[in-house]
Amino acid sequence: MSVTVPTSLNDALQVLAHAPGSTVLAGGTDLMVELNGGHRQVSSVVVVNRLAELRAWRHDPATGRLHLGAGITYAEIASGPIAGWVPALAQAARTVGSPQIRHAATIGGNLGTCSPAGDGLPVLAALEAVVHLASHGAVRDVPFESFMVGPKRTVLEPGELITGVTVPVLEGWQGYSKVGVRNAMVIAVASAALVTDSAARSVRIALGSVGPVILRCPEAEALVMERADFQQRRIDAGTVQAFVELVRSAARPIDDHRSTAAYRRQAVGVLAGRLLRRAFPNE
Amino acid sequence: MSEPGGTSVGGNQVYTLHVNGELHEVRDAWLGESLLFVLRERLGLLGSKGACEQGECGSCSVLVDDALVCSCLVMAAAAQGQRIVTIEGVAPVGSPNDVQQAFVDAGAVQCGFCTPGLIMATHALLERTPSPTEMEIREELSGNICRCTGYGRIIDAVQRVAVSRRAGS
Repeated sequence: MSVTVPTSLNDALQVLAHAPGSTVLAGGTDLMVELNGGHRQVSSVVVVNRLAELRAWRHDPATGRLHLGAGITYAEIASGPIAGWVPALAQAARTVGSPQIRHAATIGGNLGTCSPAGDGLPVLAALEAVVHLASHGAVRDVPFESFMVGPKRTVLEPGELITGVTVPVLEGWQGYSKVGVRNAMVIAVASAALVTDSAARSVRIALGSVGPVILRCPEAEALVMERADFQQRRIDAGTVQAFVELVRSAARPIDDHRSTAAYRRQAVGVLAGRLLRRAFPNE
Repeated sequence: MSEPGGTSVGGNQVYTLHVNGELHEVRDAWLGESLLFVLRERLGLLGSKGACEQGECGSCSVLVDDALVCSCLVMAAAAQGQRIVTIEGVAPVGSPNDVQQAFVDAGAVQCGFCTPGLIMATHALLERTPSPTEMEIREELSGNICRCTGYGRIIDAVQRVAVSRRAGS
């Protein structure tokens, strides 16, 4: 076994090119659980959480876009300027694990693990984030909806590294909500992110932990865009109820050790309805 | 092609950790070991406790480059070049610091297993937020699980430290 701590992105990509089967270690909050439990074997580990290129964020007011390096931690997203630009992502970040986990866990690691219960992922889906990948001598950008292809499955190729993600900074209410067995240290049983774009008069909803991938609900979104008053932030109760039902029919939950499909379908509707009410508080 | 920059260890090579202001060599270790395991089993620093080994309980909390983390979720060999502070590094044995004394005074210690982690978490909290509200204390200590006392006395201890630091004592 070998552990390499490269000092630049280029060096990290060279190591990955030499040993494409390497395991990338960011915050360690997923990988170390598997190693400690003896559930996973690794031969070559490349440590990326201190690479300056991955630790940077950049807000471009001209394009209204925010680039987050893959090594930005959830603690950094939960407060400070990033929380102001993408409040839903900050809310999701605040629900991740505990302070200890948030100091280590990164947005790139959340994407790399790509669990349907990953708290950052519904927000990235609702924001229509673009994931940036690099390998030795090449880069490519992948929209989040094409990036995640199954539970813990992505389009990442051997030798490729997640370098960051770009999200839009939008005008309009946005939020994240999840349910689990307690308030801290909990993996989502169901989760939802809702993002409004008041300039485009659009709303986007994405669901976590209720399907093999993060699910968008185009019909529920279309209904709100047709019936909601974006200027007055007004929506009628009938539309909220119809929205909740459309969200429930879009969910594809399963029974597992954390919950049942029936509970998840019920709960995700409640979460989505609450988010919609917060976005449009006036009746 | 030039050798990529950075640090690389393989096989049975030695690596070095910077713990409580001292350099420690780690020899003949499997490189996938957690920092918690290395601290306890290889460096003999038994203050950090191991319970869940999956980041759920906080009893192994340490500071790595000033950030409070679970040492069970840090790969030790990946922490080369980082400053690690454990419970042994916060005060000399026999001379409790203000946080430790407040836990004793408030009766916030019963079996003591969670205490080192809670002391580290309290340190981290008060460094950033010298006058925390009860909600802030509860949120910042939410990753540290106590199965004996409940949390009332622990929160009381944190508030005592905040008050006495404000009073300058």
